[in-house]
Amino acid sequence: MARELTYVGKPVARDDAVDKVTGAAQYTHDLGLPGMLHAALVLSPHASARIASIDARDAEALPGVRAVVTGKQLPYRLGLYMQDKRILAEDTVRYQGEAVVAVVADTLETARAACRTIDVTYEPLPSVLDPREAMEDSAHRVHPDLHTYDHMEGVFFPKPHTNIAHHQKIRKGSFEEAIAAADVRWTGSFDNPPVQHVPMETHATIAQALPQRRMELWTSSQSPYTVRHLMSVCFGIPHASIRVHVPYVGGGFGGKAGLGLEPLAYVLSDAVGGRPVKVVATREEEFNMLPSRQGLHSTVEIGANRDGKIVALKATYVWDAGAYADYGVNIGRAAAYSGAGPYCIDNCWIDSYVVYTNKVYGTAYRGFGHLEVLWGIERAMDQMARALGMDPVAFRSRNLLKPGDTTITGEPFTPGHGNPQQCLDVVAEAIDWGSPPDSPDDAHRVRGKGLAMLHKAPAMPTFTSCSAVIKLDEDGAADILISGVDYGQGTYTVLRQVAAEELRIPLEKVHITWECDTAFSPYDWQTVASRFAYMGGNAVIEAAQDCLRQIRSVAARALDVSPDAIVCEDGAAFPEGQPERAIPYEQLSLGYTFANGNSIGGPVIGHGRYIATGLTHLDPETGQGLPAQYWTYGAHAVEIEVDTQTGEIEILNLVTAIDAGKVLNPKLCDGQIVGGVIQGLGSALWEGFVFDENGRFLNPAFVDYKIPTAKDIPRRTQRILLENPQPGGPYGARGVAEHPMISIPSAIGNALYDALGIEFTTLPLDYERILRRIRERTDAS
Amino acid sequence: MHDIRVTVNGHQESASVPATQTLLEFLRDRLALTGTKEGCGIGECGACTVLLDGRPVTSCLMLAVEADGRSVETIEGEAVGGELSVLQQAFVDAGAVQCGFCTPGMIMSARGLFQRNADPSDEEIVEAIAGNLCRCTGYEAIVAAIRLARDRLNAATAKGDRDGT
Repeated sequence: MARELTYVGKPVARDDAVDKVTGAAQYTHDLGLPGMLHAALVLSPHASARIASIDARDAEALPGVRAVVTGKQLPYRLGLYMQDKRILAEDTVRYQGEAVVAVVADTLETARAACRTIDVTYEPLPSVLDPREAMEDSAHRVHPDLHTYDHMEGVFFPKPHTNIAHHQKIRKGSFEEAIAAADVRWTGSFDNPPVQHVPMETHATIAQALPQRRMELWTSSQSPYTVRHLMSVCFGIPHASIRVHVPYVGGGFGGKAGLGLEPLAYVLSDAVGGRPVKVVATREEEFNMLPSRQGLHSTVEIGANRDGKIVALKATYVWDAGAYADYGVNIGRAAAYSGAGPYCIDNCWIDSYVVYTNKVYGTAYRGFGHLEVLWGIERAMDQMARALGMDPVAFRSRNLLKPGDTTITGEPFTPGHGNPQQCLDVVAEAIDWGSPPDSPDDAHRVRGKGLAMLHKAPAMPTFTSCSAVIKLDEDGAADILISGVDYGQGTYTVLRQVAAEELRIPLEKVHITWECDTAFSPYDWQTVASRFAYMGGNAVIEAAQDCLRQIRSVAARALDVSPDAIVCEDGAAFPEGQPERAIPYEQLSLGYTFANGNSIGGPVIGHGRYIATGLTHLDPETGQGLPAQYWTYGAHAVEIEVDTQTGEIEILNLVTAIDAGKVLNPKLCDGQIVGGVIQGLGSALWEGFVFDENGRFLNPAFVDYKIPTAKDIPRRTQRILLENPQPGGPYGARGVAEHPMISIPSAIGNALYDALGIEFTTLPLDYERILRRIRERTDAS
Repeated sequence: MHDIRVTVNGHQESASVPATQTLLEFLRDRLALTGTKEGCGIGECGACTVLLDGRPVTSCLMLAVEADGRSVETIEGEAVGGELSVLQQAFVDAGAVQCGFCTPGMIMSARGLFQRNADPSDEEIVEAIAGNLCRCTGYEAIVAAIRLARDRLNAATAKGDRDGT
């Protein structure tokens, strides 16, 4: 029988809270080095132009200016999956906001003043802003040299001499035959605008170029080892010559997953003879220079039989990658294999195109691709249910994945996947589905209910791995070294709980090093995709078991018994059934000393590792294969009230169910889900980039780009966490970090239809859009 | 350059500052009080909130010279003698911290609220932090933390009244 858990599953307060409530926590923003200089940037005002000339003579003459750097001096191309980016624009600018010139100066004020004197002459080029237009033969080519770019072969398939950076196909069964035979068909289109992650700490990097082509970086990043690797590839420098420090990070949400300001900061330090250079993005640069979530235009076609069984589904996803697709290609890929929702679809046809345009480029954003595609799929499910005259819950239940089904990539669905049906059932019950909402007091206010399913698997390479080291201290305490980053999720606290559980020592005696440092912290791929607690948890379990093996081995010799006879409990090792012979860890952690002074063993250092297992590349023609280490399923249900005079939506109740497998820390899990739900509310109701016809970004500030504030939280929120265990997950856990925000817009869109009877297909569902549609209907009637 | 005298967290600070230096720059760059954060630099996010003569202000929008002769409180002054304040402890206990970048500004806004209203309603709490953006927590836990601090402070006051202290 399994031992009752002491620390795992308990609502432990976060490890880093005290540092953060006292202001002691140091972020990259807060760091400085002796002799450090500061950088500022000149950004392109054009979406597409040739750089004819750059006159920086006045800037160079300004006292305090140390270097002016342009793209011509930087013959590097970089990127994660697709090497399509320059550090600074070289000959052409491809989006408004692209960095063109960098100035390094003694102070930030001087650097900014110098930037204002720089005269860049542009010759405007044709541009393309709509990704569907960008797919046409006549469209301006954002990257005429696409066919020459290095990329991850066998996984991504750029189409030479087009704007298509990647085309992901899913082909299962026979869509054409099945749709022709379907009793009922439904087709619709949906749109998501690009949005920003909005980490409260903008991107920031300090770089120091060292002799012998070595470098040291301090950076606000989610992925120290990926930064190191990509810097190594970009500059042709060995990995060991690059040291990356990641101190406290003020939020990431995917926006700090790939390369950010690191290459720029390094070349600037190199340009000033190795003095450290700090580059901090302004909030405006965070919006219009650094990457965002890609926009999406989707078309969904569904065929179903009268009994409610979906027989065919076709989806076309056209991603607005913006000017670069180095990370975006993977979003197009992941969104395709998730692109039919958590349903059993035997005849499925999906095309997912990642398309270059002349706009700020895209990258990973919490649950990448999924909020976007499920905005279409989960709205389509409600529409199809209506077309069939079925209840949306009953219709979904008819089609949700169940054991024995296969996913659209041919993966068998098992009980170990969790239980999407249960997620749906519990949110439906919690929102009192089936009974109409209460009538509001005001005649001009109407209410509606809606729900939506969600799912996501970590989107990561088939070889994704993670490792952990645990060192025991003189006092028998444990130090965890790991290089996944806790930028707010709470994973480090959870890893401490896991280590305490495994090592059988009090939680207070487990420490984790908060600054990641590639010189000391062992390898982890990236902190993305809701995979850190899963993979890091498994690595920590293995590292702890390694420590215990060493402890048992030494204790066995000390006690003259077999190592198999030794058990570890309460920070001590003893022969089973003889706790009176216990040797505390502090007498074993550095080695054991007999009474006569003879010593054995040595410092206990455990290491553990985890690598994704059994994943396969997807077949380029059919998309069949195993892309997912695990899936996490969930559902939201919402009740809203709409003011028909203002278009304002109030969220009365929002219920979220997620099948977490095992909740490792209910307090942190709950906090993360609430945070994700509210972020999803931002995508649903307010957030979206606005561009003018010339590709100028019109709302790169909080006054014009609204994110949720404390005044916007729903009247009530509820969380229901299911625990159908994940085989292979630490204590049965699966990732839940991204999922809460997925399908929030879908549930609200469905509720809005229920309230108003108006179909909205474009996000965000802001007051103006809603009011305009209400008035159109009033005018028409 | 202008000579200013500012009381920061109870300490008298004298400095000569450029006319253009913001209070935020003065605190962070001159006094190395980096607990106060810059989230936008244009007064839209509240991360730089400090108290000026007891009232919350966005220090990125104030000049250092405007603080001359006045009193400034920052997050570094919140814990006394190594003991977390009631507000700080409530933020820890309520799980109101995630990435932590907005936390100092949130706490200073809440401190400002308590200085003008010892028993704020939920609506007043929400109003007090409406100008402080947080992207991680969804605010629920932050509101709960301030409510918790309010209740603990009021309970302590009531106990003090009963005990005649």
